[in-house]
Amino acid sequence: MLTEEVTKLIGKSGQPMILEVERGAIRKFADAVGDKNPLYWDDEYARNSRYGSIIAPPGFFGWPVKWDSPMPFLPAIRDELIMALINAGYPRIVDGGIEFEFCQPVRFGDTLVAVAKISDIYTRESKGGTLVISVTETSYTNQHGTLVALACQTLINR
Amino acid sequence: MRRKVLYWEDVEIGTEIPSLSKTATSQMLVKWAGASGDFNPLHYEFTFAESQGVGRPIVHGQLKRAWLVQMLTDWIGEEGFLRKFSCQFRTMDYPIMMKSLTEPVEEKVSHWCKGKVTNKGVENDEHFVECEVWVENEKGEKTTPGKATVIIKTKEPNHE
Repeated sequence: MLTEEVTKLIGKSGQPMILEVERGAIRKFADAVGDKNPLYWDDEYARNSRYGSIIAPPGFFGWPVKWDSPMPFLPAIRDELIMALINAGYPRIVDGGIEFEFCQPVRFGDTLVAVAKISDIYTRESKGGTLVISVTETSYTNQHGTLVALACQTLINR
Repeated sequence: MRRKVLYWEDVEIGTEIPSLSKTATSQMLVKWAGASGDFNPLHYEFTFAESQGVGRPIVHGQLKRAWLVQMLTDWIGEEGFLRKFSCQFRTMDYPIMMKSLTEPVEEKVSHWCKGKVTNKGVENDEHFVECEVWVENEKGEKTTPGKATVIIKTKEPNHE
């Protein structure tokens, strides 16, 4: 059974989160993946490419300018959701998957605004008991007001 | 230095995407945690991982997602554009635990990223290709299935 504390979050949007796309953060990200693409590493190469500058790998949107939770990318709304699920007796959490739609490349130097919305929360029965599936939709818009990407992330709690 | 260009005309349904090998070490997971901001102890704390029912620290799902994205961007090159990407984290993957700083762990492959073309077409003047992608473990199991749509160049005249 989902508690009211959980269900009242359906359809709720979080505060916009401001993200800065720094070159060093792009390289740190690419290094962690093991991606040596010169578009992320080589300024001169990137300048002469169709992009004209270092870009971020698809799916990297920079780093927030401030955060209150131990997890810098966890929007307050998702933090709230996770706490509500723990209180409702579903403390175990795994990442179910992600869906992206990329509209424009993200460039080094961009400032993005991310807005997350809890679009759905529902239960599903499994062999191991009840699973709570929650879906968070996030839009990323750059400093020119252009939508650069949409992400749809699924969390599974049990 | 300039990479080769992938043309829409050279891709057919069933075409395999060049595979990408990865070595998931505990060190890579620490790097990913720092670079992605995912500090969930599930990926580095044994006692916590055990209490969560996964046995020991597991590879971040989003890291596997980033590997698949790299496979796709390597394949389409900088003239291509990754339009849509999705994947599901179906099966846990475990990193190779590092026992010493000098062990040649990079020579060992723990995971393969693979994919193949499932559809191609033209929409809104864009030449697109749809693919099925996945991460495979050492047992050959598809732990992380996904789908992608890429926009690539055409040999047709009058297309930038």
